[in-house]
Amino acid sequence: MAFISSGYDPEKPMEGRITDIGPKHYDQFYPEVIKKNKGKWSHHEILEPGVLVHVAESGDEVFTVRCGGARLMSATHIQEICDIADKHCDGKLRFTTRNNIEFMVDSKDKVDALKADLSQRKFPGGSYKFPIGGTGAGISNIVHTQGWIHCHTPATDASGTVKATMDEVFSDFQDHRLPAKLKISMACCLNMCGAVHCSDIAILGYHRKPPILDHEYLDKVCEVPLAVASCPTAAIKPAKVELANGETVNSVAVRDERCMYCGNCYTMCPSMPLSDKEGDGIVLMAGGKVSNRISAPKFSKVVVAFLPNETPRWPSMTNAINKMIEEYAKGARKYERFGDWTDRIGWERFFDVCELDFTHHLIDDFRDAAYQSWRQTTQFKF
Amino acid sequence: MAKHETPLLDELESGPWPSFVSDIKQEAEVRAKNEKGIDFQIPADACDDLLGLLELSFKDGTTHWKHGGIVGVFGYGGGIIGRYSDKPKDFPGCSSFHTVRVAQPGAKYYTTEFLRQLMDLWQLRGSGLTNMHGSTGDIVLLGTTTPQLEEIFYTLTHEMDQDLGGSGSNLRTPADCIGQSRCEYACYDTQELCYFLTMMYQDELHRPAFPYKFKFKFDGCPNGCVASMARSDLSFIGTWKDQIQVDQAEVALYVDGTTPANAGSHSGRDWGAFDIQAEVVDLCPTDCMSYVDGELKIYDKECTRCMHCINVMPKALKIGKQRGVSMLAGAKAPIVDGAQMGTLVVPFLEIDQTMNKQLADFDTEEEWMEYLEEKYEALTEVIEAVWDYWMEEGKNRERLGELMIRQGLQRFLEKIGQEPQAVHVDHPRTNPYIFWKEEEVEGGWDRDINEYRKHHAR
Repeated sequence: MAFISSGYDPEKPMEGRITDIGPKHYDQFYPEVIKKNKGKWSHHEILEPGVLVHVAESGDEVFTVRCGGARLMSATHIQEICDIADKHCDGKLRFTTRNNIEFMVDSKDKVDALKADLSQRKFPGGSYKFPIGGTGAGISNIVHTQGWIHCHTPATDASGTVKATMDEVFSDFQDHRLPAKLKISMACCLNMCGAVHCSDIAILGYHRKPPILDHEYLDKVCEVPLAVASCPTAAIKPAKVELANGETVNSVAVRDERCMYCGNCYTMCPSMPLSDKEGDGIVLMAGGKVSNRISAPKFSKVVVAFLPNETPRWPSMTNAINKMIEEYAKGARKYERFGDWTDRIGWERFFDVCELDFTHHLIDDFRDAAYQSWRQTTQFKF
Repeated sequence: MAKHETPLLDELESGPWPSFVSDIKQEAEVRAKNEKGIDFQIPADACDDLLGLLELSFKDGTTHWKHGGIVGVFGYGGGIIGRYSDKPKDFPGCSSFHTVRVAQPGAKYYTTEFLRQLMDLWQLRGSGLTNMHGSTGDIVLLGTTTPQLEEIFYTLTHEMDQDLGGSGSNLRTPADCIGQSRCEYACYDTQELCYFLTMMYQDELHRPAFPYKFKFKFDGCPNGCVASMARSDLSFIGTWKDQIQVDQAEVALYVDGTTPANAGSHSGRDWGAFDIQAEVVDLCPTDCMSYVDGELKIYDKECTRCMHCINVMPKALKIGKQRGVSMLAGAKAPIVDGAQMGTLVVPFLEIDQTMNKQLADFDTEEEWMEYLEEKYEALTEVIEAVWDYWMEEGKNRERLGELMIRQGLQRFLEKIGQEPQAVHVDHPRTNPYIFWKEEEVEGGWDRDINEYRKHHAR
């Protein structure tokens, strides 16, 4: 390959440099019907799973067809999305906050052709390129992270766990049978990039072994006080260590019994890696929400302390998720989010009906706030 | 013929959900065939090697990316996430695999012209792989080499009028819900406010000057479609202060089953006929509604604007007319001191509904920005007060929410000029460990033990 210059001159790096221009202005990307009726929408209706209509005060309508997206996608795939938008939608489209793709048309008679086109597009392996769905009281896309495809601190993979889960719950992506929407999210470590702490069901990558200390290099590549300050449980202290060659170096010591393997010290210090094939795996959480509808927003709670990384399809994980969804679908009342349901029936009943083991790992022991999660009442169910 | 055997990943090609493996293989093949005759600026087999490396991670149960990576473009302190593989010899095509964050347009509307131009650039100078989009909102261009960074940035800014997004201890890329562009619940123009603040604070976004990262998100109503109160340090949520607008004739059409409840969102199951008493009145969290003799009444003074009744009957119930935002501060993920949701700090800032001019109404973008500075002045005053406080007092790598816990909500409210009100708390404190300011206490704290002893023998 021969280097092709863009026009940038490395000899004069600051010459002609354009900065601080921000994103493109949204106005130039709106479809015409959106631009015309912005701020003047009257109401909307979900015509079928994945298909919405919004009606403006003017009587104008915009029909939206929502499709699943893998989030991690190729330029070729995006070019195919563009082909579809050029063919049906005057060259306009959008992405949602859950990484689905929305195609919009301005009249109902254009919807069927668009749907038919989307439905027939498949990858050679057989998966749909653009499955239609993700609306109403069903399961939409899984907000997720980088995993083994691009990050240095994960305890599991993101794209793999998500594909495995979406295949299992796919019928609910295309249906409205649940009591309320059910949001699933995924994060590959407890930095929780994304929405794990506030989702109906959440998949979280977790370690179970303290960091391995690379004493020989630690002081050369780490700012020791930052590593010490990074620990939520104060398990790390500065230490002098004698290497095998007799040399004494500045490093850190980790009190293993205080470490809960969060990995934040590794984020700060490359000499404290902790990933491990057998140690690493999945925590499942449940019952979180961000909307203020009826009940206040809620954090998700840990309901499964550990499941192994069973590549490539994580069957123990998807089985547990499926069981939770089925019991929720069966037991919850209309409009009850997952956490509203568990709050009503009580967590003891949740573990009972979902046949999940309650182990000591699920009892909060992090600082003063832990007390608030214990039960200070005689009210409980047998 | 694929470069590496990927038996584990191959299993993720089956099943109905769009397979990222099939898609990466597709890009690998496009690069191998190169029918467009592109002179690829990073290895043509980058996608093959990425699949090979990922397969190894699926086998080893561990990541194969080295720790960290510091790369970027001159003039900025962030925007690019550097990444190097720990198996560069086995997978040279992705030994350097940096991520470029590109600032996304409001509510992620696109023209195909823009996306095609961006993809042409990326297939030439990168792996051809993306994330649409990163959780914070950015377009994520996944995988290129260091020498390409300035070239990509040059083309973005010079030919596409397009900037990078944020990374590091700074203002990250703000993001919004779909807002007024396609939602009848939106209480303000989320795209306008998001764009305005993004442009207003470009310096804070591109050059890290903060104790730690800081995020803005903009939700048009309390439904929280961009999850601002869980995923941004400063969350702007639309709301209203007057009455919910009720159309009784439309209510009747819900009651008799003509209009589907909740816009048809429960159509996949037979929940029986719509029961306005059970599904709306009885579920109202403040019990401020009644439905008697075919008339729906709302005692708005007791309404907490949770959106439930409006969500169930969008044709009959509309948001109020006096609109604005609630601001919530401090949301963050668990590290270090535990996860936080946004805490209500400014209950209501009215947004003037008569000020609704568009960019097209002005000769230049500068004039439009000046107009917006006036429109949102009360709001930027709060933002800048928050930053002044946190930039001064925040410890290294301390999120705003952690500073609020360390120094107390009282201090935060004082610093941003908000009078403490009952709405700032879920409930008053239960412990009596109450601090007073010396000037609040008659006589002050400077006392003499000898004076005390005159009245109280030892």
